[in-house]
Amino acid sequence: MKGKLYLEDGSLYEGIGFGSIKTCVGELVFQTGMTGYQKILTDPSYSGQIINMTYPILGNYGINGEDNQSDRIYAQGLVCKEYCKTPSNYRCEKDLDTWLKEMDVPGVSGIDTRKLTKKIRKEGTIKCVITTEDVSVEELKKLCDETILRNDYMKEASWAGEEDLAPYVQGNLNVAVLDFGIKRSILEALQKAGCNVKLFPYGFTAEEVMAIEPDGVFLSNGPGDPAEAIEAIGEVRKLMEAERQDGSFLPMFGICMGHQILALAAGGETYQLKYGHRGSNHGVYSKETGRSYITSQNHGFAVKAESLMLKDMEVTEINLNDRTVEGMAHRNRPVFSVQYHPEAGPGPKDGDYLFGKFVKLMKGQEETHEEQ
Amino acid sequence: MKSSNTEQRRKDINKVLIIGSGPIVIGQAAEFDYAGTQCCKAVKEEGIETVLVNSNPATIMTDRGIADKVYMQPLTVDAMENILRRERPDGILAGFGGQTGLNLAMELEERGILKELGIHLLGINREAIERAEDRELFKNLMEEIGEPVPPSAIATCLDEAEQFAETIGFPVIIRPAFTLGGTGGGIAQNREGLQRLVQLGIEKSAIGQALIEKSVAGWKEIEYEVIRDHKDNCIIICSMENLDPVGVHTGDSIVVAPTQTLADEEYQMLRDASLRIIRALKIEGGCNVQFALNPKSKEYIVIEVNPRVSRSSALASKAAGYPIAKIATKIALGYSLDELPNHITDQSSALFEPTLDYCVVKFPKWPFDKFRTASRKLGTQMKATGEVMSICRTFESALLKAVTSLEVKCHGLRIPYVTERTDEELKAKLLACDDERLFVIGEILRRGLMDIEELHKKTMIDPWFLYKVENIVKMENRLATQEISPELIREAETMGFTDEEIVGLTGMSANALRDLRDYYGIYPVYKMVDTCAGEFEAKTPYYYSCYDEEDESLPLEGEKILVVGSGPIRIGQGIEFDYCCVQGVWALKELGYRSIIVNNNPETVSTDFDTADKLYFEALHVDDIMNVIKKERPYGVVLQLGGQTALNLAEGLSKRGIRILGTPNSYIDLAEDRDKFSQLLKEINIKAPAGGAITHMSQAAGIVEELGYPLIVRPSFVIGGRAMQVVYSDEELYRYLKEAVSLSEEHPVLIDKYVEGIEFEVDAISDGHDILVPGVMEHIERTGIHSGDSISVYPAYSLPDQVVDQAIEYTKHISKALHVCGLMNVQYVYDGREIYVIEVNPRASRTVPILSKVTDVPMVKIAMAVMVGRRLSDMAWGTGLYKKSGFYAVKVPVFSSAKLSNVDVALGPEMRSTGEVLGLDKDLHKALYKGFLGAGIPVHTEGGVYISLRDHDKTERAAKVLASYAEAGFTIYGSAGTTAFLQENNIPCKMVPFHQVADMIGEEIVVMINVPQVTNNLSTDMFPLRRQAIERGLPVLTCMDTAIAYLEAAALKRCGQTLTYPPLFS
Repeated sequence: MKGKLYLEDGSLYEGIGFGSIKTCVGELVFQTGMTGYQKILTDPSYSGQIINMTYPILGNYGINGEDNQSDRIYAQGLVCKEYCKTPSNYRCEKDLDTWLKEMDVPGVSGIDTRKLTKKIRKEGTIKCVITTEDVSVEELKKLCDETILRNDYMKEASWAGEEDLAPYVQGNLNVAVLDFGIKRSILEALQKAGCNVKLFPYGFTAEEVMAIEPDGVFLSNGPGDPAEAIEAIGEVRKLMEAERQDGSFLPMFGICMGHQILALAAGGETYQLKYGHRGSNHGVYSKETGRSYITSQNHGFAVKAESLMLKDMEVTEINLNDRTVEGMAHRNRPVFSVQYHPEAGPGPKDGDYLFGKFVKLMKGQEETHEEQ
Repeated sequence: MKSSNTEQRRKDINKVLIIGSGPIVIGQAAEFDYAGTQCCKAVKEEGIETVLVNSNPATIMTDRGIADKVYMQPLTVDAMENILRRERPDGILAGFGGQTGLNLAMELEERGILKELGIHLLGINREAIERAEDRELFKNLMEEIGEPVPPSAIATCLDEAEQFAETIGFPVIIRPAFTLGGTGGGIAQNREGLQRLVQLGIEKSAIGQALIEKSVAGWKEIEYEVIRDHKDNCIIICSMENLDPVGVHTGDSIVVAPTQTLADEEYQMLRDASLRIIRALKIEGGCNVQFALNPKSKEYIVIEVNPRVSRSSALASKAAGYPIAKIATKIALGYSLDELPNHITDQSSALFEPTLDYCVVKFPKWPFDKFRTASRKLGTQMKATGEVMSICRTFESALLKAVTSLEVKCHGLRIPYVTERTDEELKAKLLACDDERLFVIGEILRRGLMDIEELHKKTMIDPWFLYKVENIVKMENRLATQEISPELIREAETMGFTDEEIVGLTGMSANALRDLRDYYGIYPVYKMVDTCAGEFEAKTPYYYSCYDEEDESLPLEGEKILVVGSGPIRIGQGIEFDYCCVQGVWALKELGYRSIIVNNNPETVSTDFDTADKLYFEALHVDDIMNVIKKERPYGVVLQLGGQTALNLAEGLSKRGIRILGTPNSYIDLAEDRDKFSQLLKEINIKAPAGGAITHMSQAAGIVEELGYPLIVRPSFVIGGRAMQVVYSDEELYRYLKEAVSLSEEHPVLIDKYVEGIEFEVDAISDGHDILVPGVMEHIERTGIHSGDSISVYPAYSLPDQVVDQAIEYTKHISKALHVCGLMNVQYVYDGREIYVIEVNPRASRTVPILSKVTDVPMVKIAMAVMVGRRLSDMAWGTGLYKKSGFYAVKVPVFSSAKLSNVDVALGPEMRSTGEVLGLDKDLHKALYKGFLGAGIPVHTEGGVYISLRDHDKTERAAKVLASYAEAGFTIYGSAGTTAFLQENNIPCKMVPFHQVADMIGEEIVVMINVPQVTNNLSTDMFPLRRQAIERGLPVLTCMDTAIAYLEAAALKRCGQTLTYPPLFS
């Protein structure tokens, strides 16, 4: 089976098709993680995207029943150099190809993924059609030109049901999770930290959230352009300003899109990065600890550092490679967020301590940022 | 916001002493020249004064321009103390000299010298070393931080070991504490094995301890390279997975980077554990952590931690493109990771984790082709002398490229020795776990003897790897059976099959294949190693080939020259050739050329990212070199610096019309063709030992009659004197012809007159008109001992001046006759009357780095200038024999025999040494003594000497030498025959029968002098005794000349003269 990629700029990449027989249009991005393909593909933040994996041999350890980050594959397609037909791992239940078929997602292998990566690096993320069907180039071009990519996937990326919230440990903190397409790893991290999680899918109001009298509010990751989440931004602003009965403010913690929405709610701005950060190896410096961490990243948008000035928000963490904003904290409220993924899944767990920090904030054990 | 940068480097450090790793031995090879060179450069660029101590003259780090001051002195505590008192550095960097460096630092610390002189130990601390290396402390620390270690116990005696083994059950692993390359370790399946290994282990350990632990053989062996700074920032540079599961030393394993069969869960679990460990050890710099991972669960154990840069870190540096030694040095000087840039991209930070978009395979290079009697079984004791690395986009292609890089006689995964075995033999060999296991697996799959599951059960190799081998075998089959199509050829090339193999399997002609490739454009492209999978723009010119779409390598601009490297380190072709290649590249820069290097050895300086203007990490196969040439179109190719490996390419390249700089190929050929060369010598009136070739036993008598004994016999087509022997009688000759070689028309045996006398070598640079001879080295041992294994002295110390002058004159004649342009090495023998030529090598030799250093004549630089057309007469060094330095330099070979079981330690015409040291002094005897010290040969002044001589050596001269031993106060023990001989000569000697000697070794007997009749024969009486002596660390002197030298060193030691340790240069 042949597989093809047609890029908006007219370039065509031909390889071998696998997975589902299908044609999809999406935004082509590259991911540099050397492990974690199953977690990446099931991360709702990849909605609408076609993922080009830079590590050339994919699927080595197969697919298992434990690593899914959600209920399905959210990406529109998968591009790789080679996929493994004979995976080996004690947890392996099926191979990548079979799984993609089951999930109805197309894949193309045999592609010079490095060439593609460099193209994205030079020209930015690009609209792309992936197909494993017998489609002519003209048709691909037409499909590509006609399709307008959505940017508001966060409005429908909530997937978790009650069965996904069964706590690991009986927590004593109630956390309202504003769900823009949360990863299972985040749910687990919150639960392991002792939180009872209540999900609020897109369309929530501040009143609904306040009604459960949460100990804290968590803003999840999610797909799309954060600026599209106009309703959520407004509600989050209300939550930031809401005074609780005892006169205190709600502790809030945002990750990735949650971080961006917090910034927008505080009056800051976000912008689209040329080709985003997607990988497991970015160094981030934290002003608060004076240390640096290796982080898992997956974002195409970022918060403008200068837009936070005079907005009571302070940049607390930066990316050591391109100096973009990786974390911020409110000067006098228990509100903080990070652009990267401290929950890992996939990637390093260097930032795991942030969940503990959130818990302390909720318990009132940690001072807010400015008072430190 | 700035990322910290408040402190940066320590301001209290203005002078640093760096400890090198000394001679190359198995387990401690070129990787420390690479690490040390990077370290020196990284310190120097901070404006800090660098002082280097290393006894190994073949290294790049000890050359001018790397460190400010170099002490080529023995790496002993005494020498170090002396140097430290003189130099008073502010700090010591001991983590770049392998185990030798760490051990020395520990001893200096224990002696209180560092404290007394106020010298800081940089990067590592005593506590970290102790906690990482002392088994008990390590175990305690791991338990403290909750990291699993296997149940284990420390044994200082056999009883303790046995008791413990009984409680945890066999198999158990025995690991001596504080050794290199796992010397003395092993897996014991039962009580007998345990007894043997424990005894040996305790002796080998620097602290008399051996660890007995539960064996997790069969688990996955995973390694992480970690870096930590003083702010507690930690990063992983590279993860590596051993194809061979736990049980085979990682140095002997095929290693893949990054890990292939670990899911993110497992990868992160071990990553987290690595970080916890380096944090607990508080190492500031690099560290290697090895894990065993249960293939059926998340259970793991920590096997080992190396609190320093290592062979693995060199591999990780080259695999990931991240200069671990350089960054570790900066950290030791006080920088933190977030303050340092990624040197590959320049724009991103050093604080990140490299991500690979290719697969790396490391394949060990074993010395079993040289040590035919050695046990090939792989276990916990490392046996490889070197390694190759290959990079490609798939595992199959990386693996096949690595196999090609090994330069062994094979076609991909097919080795004749293996493919000729019967089914039963194969099955048995599979379980033997030897160096050919991968090829056995290939053959088993080829014949369909077992399926993947069964192979996995038998070997515990992860099925993922086995399936990949199966893919290769399937492709072999397709090539052999399917119709040839461009698609099939492209697939095969993409998978790493060489042209030769495709031709062999398909039966198509080489020309047809070339045409097909040309027509369909089936050629490799080059991709960059950039640490970041293309995420950032990289500036580093480090490339590998693959069959993919985009070619990223833009040909270098300007006039450029390609230097072919020397491949893996092996016996007879060591680090000295890397030295020559690197010097060559640097010389090109000065001469105004751009440089390209092709090599595949990850341990070396030549494959460092900033050595040449461009680096291609490739097999040194003519096809691969041609592809690079096509890409770059260099002005010419330099082959004479990369040893025999590079020189062997001369024919193939010149046939394809490539310009080879220096000596023309036809003359290289001539020098290697015995008949033509002896004809040429005759024409210019220079003598060589007479000889001839025979193809049948019946021809031997004629030759014997013509030449007379003694004779030197060897098979044709050999490198490094393989399978040579000196014979003194018909009996010996016929035994050799029957047992050692297979005579045939294609494989004649060469028989030469053995001229006994003083052997010496002349290294020269010729420009076609004049020659420059920096110096002459005279061997201590007479002819018959391979030049690489003899102790040799610069300048000639006993040869009459007119002999030296005559030899220089001869060298000039030979250089002209051979049209030598560049380097040449001539070996001569002087029998007291005449000079004979033994061998001419129209290339760089083992002695080039030594002579360059001791005479201060930059030989490679001059040779390179000559190769691009300069004249010696226009340069500052003159012509003829260069003036003598004011001191003696004694090269003493170093052997790794103790690590290779069943290998004979006796010297002979076949080279056995892995490395060398140099002893320097104004006084010859002191230089010799320092040489012994540097080589780690214990110099005894009293005790028992056991002597056993072959009949041929029972001479007056021998009697005189041995009498001096007795006079010097040694107690003499002898074999029956030798005792009789000594008593005849009035030398007091106690007869000890062979069977009683074993118990006395290391007790009453402290030195062994044994000149054997035959070598390499396991069934002789003395073979096991020599082995035992060497394993117990005794000096074993197998040549009377060496025995004289040893006695001289002992005499010097006895009279208690103090040694001085001046620098080589400053």
